[in-house]
Amino acid sequence: MVNSQNIVARSATTLPAPHVRDDVVEVAKLIDVSRCIGCKACQVACMEWNDLRDDVGECHGVYDNPMDLSAESWTVMRFNEVDVDAVHDNAEGDKELAWLIRKDGCMHCAEPGCLEACPAPGAIVKYANGIVDFDSNNCIGCGYCITGCPFDIPRISEKDSKSYKCTLCSDRVAVGLEPACVKACPTNCIEFGSKKDMLARAEKRVNDLQQRGYAHPGVYDPQGVGGTHVMYVLSHADQPGLYSGLPKDPRISPMVSAWKGVTKPIMSAILGITAFAGFFHFITKGPKEEPTDEEVFGDDEDHNSGDRDDGQDDGRHQHSHEEDRS
Amino acid sequence: MSIRKQKTMQRYGPGTRANHWGMAIAFILLALSGLAFFQPQFFFLSNTLGGPVWARVLHPFIGVVLFMLFVIIAVRQYRHNLLMENDVKWMKQIGDVLNNRDDNLPPIGKYNPGQKMVFWALVVSIPVLLLTGVIMWRPWFAGFFPIPLIRFASLVHALAAFVAIATIIVHIYAAIWVKGSIRAMTRGRVTHAWAKHHHPLWYEEEMEKPEQRAGEEGKEQHDSQLNRSMESPGHDGRTSG
Repeated sequence: MVNSQNIVARSATTLPAPHVRDDVVEVAKLIDVSRCIGCKACQVACMEWNDLRDDVGECHGVYDNPMDLSAESWTVMRFNEVDVDAVHDNAEGDKELAWLIRKDGCMHCAEPGCLEACPAPGAIVKYANGIVDFDSNNCIGCGYCITGCPFDIPRISEKDSKSYKCTLCSDRVAVGLEPACVKACPTNCIEFGSKKDMLARAEKRVNDLQQRGYAHPGVYDPQGVGGTHVMYVLSHADQPGLYSGLPKDPRISPMVSAWKGVTKPIMSAILGITAFAGFFHFITKGPKEEPTDEEVFGDDEDHNSGDRDDGQDDGRHQHSHEEDRS
Repeated sequence: MSIRKQKTMQRYGPGTRANHWGMAIAFILLALSGLAFFQPQFFFLSNTLGGPVWARVLHPFIGVVLFMLFVIIAVRQYRHNLLMENDVKWMKQIGDVLNNRDDNLPPIGKYNPGQKMVFWALVVSIPVLLLTGVIMWRPWFAGFFPIPLIRFASLVHALAAFVAIATIIVHIYAAIWVKGSIRAMTRGRVTHAWAKHHHPLWYEEEMEKPEQRAGEEGKEQHDSQLNRSMESPGHDGRTSG
């Protein structure tokens, strides 16, 4: 997919990308949270494939390690222990402990907020297969992608001030391989394929969970961002927030849309019109010429001689005096 | 009639002029680099600061410089920019102003209402730009603020920049339009006629001061001094008799 002809959207670019090759299949990664055992093989595979070596951190007394995404940790497992409605043979209203583990990382939105916000042409691209990729060569380090992202994913590197995030292993996918995390996952919790296939598979898993007694299992493919190319199967899809703050209805913030949407052309146009208005005012009305003494002071060129004590009675006189001096 | 035959008076001292042009340079650089981040078609303007990454790095620092210079000028000029009674009348006759029919305009002070609007638009927009700019400033400050606030700040930054740039376009055009204004800010002096015509109340006020009333011919004097020193460098005394 690292091919300019397969780019369907490009940051800070107002004209459409080349798009005659439209027979590209949309891909998706499906993460079945109900099958995740929290082994972090995906994290390891990610750093292995992408040659990332984040600083060794400290133990914070929880399973999360590292504690957050970083420019060198493009995916992290987030662990959360919560009380949920009891699933198994319990009385109505009983609660039970659930240990929810979610592999966090870029969701590869169909309508990426990062791409909308990015001011650097070509620093963020969306491929026809749905992968949203950062081209760090074009990145200027402004962090607008962080501002634009509804999932709080991109991170600016402290080393090179460029922004980084999961590429969905666009390099592997380009040559027909699955992403590294998918390859490494020992429970098949992470699967990869066409988005259509992954949705069908997710549907099956949801049915399965329903039969096992979960009241609200579901697929997380939020339509507020046009759907995503990383999807979750959630046992408690009615409360995505349980999964370490997964947003319920993510969308590009109206602030970002206003900032990067209509205001750009409108304000640019008004600035242009203002400048042209000045130019044509000058052309049609002309300048306010410097007023002459006669115009302002009339015949009385000696407009303030009464107050003067140096004996010079007007500008001309002083002028000739000045010439004398020189 | 040229400046050489008219008496002149000081309008802006050297400090104010240096401050103004410092701000002007800073503002132009900020506007160009800011527009580059704002609208893709303007991205090439980021080259004015040495390329897009340099623009991202330098823009906020230049913004701080602009703010500090602006604080100085704002403190020194704000009392001249308070609205007066005649300002409303003047604004009502804006058609006359635009059509260069100045004769029936009510007398106004050091600044006309248009200039005052420029001043107050900048008094509002420049601090807003600084505040929102700090919130957006990576890698130094943005990390301390919640992302929704950064989004809000980014939008407000763009709006305030729009107000400031539009204001400065008007400001620059007005300077080109009203002859004698640019010299006031480059050389510091205006003719008595200019002052009485455009800013009668300020003119009256300044005429209380002997040095303003005396009306040195700043330009002519300067030119002749220049000539003298060019003809005989280091021997001013010999030719000044």
